[in-house]
Amino acid sequence: MIKTLQENFRIILRYGLLGSVIALYLTTIGIVETFAQRNLVGTSVSLGHVFLVFGAVGAGFLVTRAMKEHSASIAAAASFITGMITSILLIILTLVIQVFVIQAAGQERVFELRSMFVNLSPSLVEFLTFGQGLVLGNLLFALFSGLMGLIGSSFVLLPENWRRAWINSLIWVLGLGLFSENVAQIVRELFSSSLNKVLFTNKALNPVAAIVIFVITFAIGYFGINKKTRAKWEQMPESRRKRGRTVLIVLSVVFLLVLPWTVGLFLSQALFIIGLYVMMGLGLNIVVGYAGLLDLGYVAFFAFGAYTMGILTSTGPLGRSDLTFWTALPFAVLVGVIWGLLLGFPVLRMRGDYLAIVTLGFGEIIRILALSNWLAPLEGGAQGVLHIPHPKIFGFAMDSPQSMYYLVVLGAVLAAFVTIRLRDSRLGRQWMAMREDEDVAEAMGINLVQTKLLAFAIGAAFSAMSGAIFAARLGNIFPHSFNILISINALSLIIVGGMGSIPGVVVGALILVGLPEMLREFAEYRLLMYGILLIVMMLVKPEGFLPEATRKRELRSGKEQFSDQVARSES
Amino acid sequence: MLKRYIERFSWVDFLLKLFQVLALAAIVIGIFNTLSVARYSSDQWVTLIFAGLAQGSIYALIALGYTLVYGILLMINFAHGDVYMAGAFTSVFLADSFALSGFLASHPVLAILILLLVAVTVSMVLNVIVERVAYRPLRGAPRLVPLITAIGASFTIEYTFRGLYGAEFHAYPTVPALSGIINIAGYEIPRVQIVVLVAAVVLMLGLYFFVERTKIGKAMRAVSEDKEVARLMGINVDKVIMITFAVGGALAGAAGVFNGLFRPQGVFFFMGFIPGIKAFTAAVLGGIGNVPGAMVGGLFLGVFEAVGPNLILEGLGIPAVNQLRDAFAFTLLVIILIFRPQGIFGERLAEKKA
Repeated sequence: MIKTLQENFRIILRYGLLGSVIALYLTTIGIVETFAQRNLVGTSVSLGHVFLVFGAVGAGFLVTRAMKEHSASIAAAASFITGMITSILLIILTLVIQVFVIQAAGQERVFELRSMFVNLSPSLVEFLTFGQGLVLGNLLFALFSGLMGLIGSSFVLLPENWRRAWINSLIWVLGLGLFSENVAQIVRELFSSSLNKVLFTNKALNPVAAIVIFVITFAIGYFGINKKTRAKWEQMPESRRKRGRTVLIVLSVVFLLVLPWTVGLFLSQALFIIGLYVMMGLGLNIVVGYAGLLDLGYVAFFAFGAYTMGILTSTGPLGRSDLTFWTALPFAVLVGVIWGLLLGFPVLRMRGDYLAIVTLGFGEIIRILALSNWLAPLEGGAQGVLHIPHPKIFGFAMDSPQSMYYLVVLGAVLAAFVTIRLRDSRLGRQWMAMREDEDVAEAMGINLVQTKLLAFAIGAAFSAMSGAIFAARLGNIFPHSFNILISINALSLIIVGGMGSIPGVVVGALILVGLPEMLREFAEYRLLMYGILLIVMMLVKPEGFLPEATRKRELRSGKEQFSDQVARSES
Repeated sequence: MLKRYIERFSWVDFLLKLFQVLALAAIVIGIFNTLSVARYSSDQWVTLIFAGLAQGSIYALIALGYTLVYGILLMINFAHGDVYMAGAFTSVFLADSFALSGFLASHPVLAILILLLVAVTVSMVLNVIVERVAYRPLRGAPRLVPLITAIGASFTIEYTFRGLYGAEFHAYPTVPALSGIINIAGYEIPRVQIVVLVAAVVLMLGLYFFVERTKIGKAMRAVSEDKEVARLMGINVDKVIMITFAVGGALAGAAGVFNGLFRPQGVFFFMGFIPGIKAFTAAVLGGIGNVPGAMVGGLFLGVFEAVGPNLILEGLGIPAVNQLRDAFAFTLLVIILIFRPQGIFGERLAEKKA
């Protein structure tokens, strides 16, 4: 055994150091310590721990996979050693902090390590060494990392049933701990607060409850209940499955309708923002996903929609008319379309990266112009447009997140409907032909000018509509809200979901917009995660989580999703 | 002749032509209006031009990185602006401690060389890592794919450095040896601008000779002509690409220190975004893929951006033109990309791109 390990030591060392670098990276950029306050289970397991062991678990997993041809015990031993190796850089880090930060405190120095690396704090050492002092703590940490390497190897080594159950229950427990506040809110609305007290203490899962949930989910995973129901569903006759689907559609519509009333104000606001991004994502999906035109200035149309709504309906000094939300909405969309055409026109002859950078330039120009004093008499400059009234329906002001949620769901469903109809139309096929090859498409008789302009205009219309709703919800808009990050957000979500895929947009928005909205602690690291996600997606799964081509297969296997059902009811 | 012209007539061309004429007319009217009322003295124009040249030399250094990479891989390294930020942001801490210890005052040349070395190393290593992780596995993928990873890399770098060094601004200390004014032909120019300009030009000449005269430079040119044939000639293409990224990153790191020395605004994690786009503008202006073009394009953009808003926009009666400086540079980018995407000198890549 030792001989085999020696032979494979290079692999072990390589993955160990990789995991070590990852752990060091996550620690020095502050993720580990920031999330150390976020307890998942009791006060002992925090989100910081999850990030801390990420490198060790990953390295253990990779090593086990690389040593698959050896016996399980050898692979497990290798993963344990790998896990131990991943702790090396962090142990060095604790020593560095001890010498250069803790012992240097109070002395006059020309160079202070902490003024450069802001996260290397004494409390980080405390966290890394489990509060046991440097020697014992680091030994413990090395052993702990080794164990985490073993956990990583367990994802490969365990037999199928056990592995599924194990992963299943890990996800459930960690997920419940992560969303404890949100789950607690829902439980309180639906059941009673006494159940809440049993489940959660101090915004984290109760350790006892965690064990119970772990066992239950483990059992479910082990006995494969999920799998059995799926098999049963497959065996049903077509007519019954059809009825089942109808029931599911109705259920999901009801679910969407009652959702804001069960999750509370805060999550309703999150849902509202998700809906807004779904709408924008659907629009960008037409431009990027169908027509293949990488538009990085998409936020410009969002801004046009918001400003048009603001200027037309504002009761402040900048208000130009006394239109209501509903009468101003068509104008906002129209302005979006016109600017989509105007900005789309000069870039007709451009492709690929030049197009991306010109649209990026457009987005920035619009933002700078919106900020400038030059246009301030028209749209407020840096002060923005204030006092935009909430939409009213039958004399009832939609000023709560819940009511705006319905509006945005309506808008998103409308956008999805339009997208689906367009996708299956002649125009949609022209877009896709153009995406695949512009020259061939033109040779086939497609009018590129018209096709491209329509893509820009329709994409801009969706964006302007969501901008208008955004303005009406917030009541005040400022140029700073319309920066490049919104474009990047929208782009990331359609890429993560799968370019050209409508359920992909919804899933992408849920993951990329919903998760950070729910986990406020993520705010600082949100864009970092987007960046990493964009790279990883392109390297590993460039087609996205819910790619268009496999969509139909998914439908047949019975995985139901709301927007899928919209899709089906239309086609 | 006329008949053929009418047959080929298209609305797109016509409107683009119209747009071109309108833009030219606006520029001419603006310049005429400004100059006719003599709003600024020639002293002020010279001051603006020199500030523009110094700023432009920084754009040129960054632009070289874009142009080298584009020449070889035909892709925009979106993360390049952030590579520039990384060098500048890292060495600001060293500069601070040099200033505190008095090293910067007593040995300014050595201190700045060390700062340059640190910034160059950081940017170089970072650019090579970006290439290794985000671009190399995607050779041969559709062009949209590396573009998206490049955007991802850009945000990853920005927010990594925000996590590492914090979100605050850090200003470079003033170097006593660089403050003061030099008198050139009766015009008073800040010394730091001259130093930055000269140092940047020296670096650019060094790069020019590196590309034109050394064996590695020859290999780089060969790879940018044709990767496959270069490989057949025994050139290690991956290694050459890595060296290209290293050289581009090094120049960007040097640009970061120069920028810190003469602009008091300070550095922070998002500082690379706008100079990145502007440097790309400069690269396109000189013909992307063209090394001397990027140098001239950078200097031109710097001067244009410094002088243009006052010269053209003020003449058109637009208030507070300083706010619009960035928008002005981006407008130039858009106009160049629309009407002359091959740039001022660049014909080389025009057929290659098609």
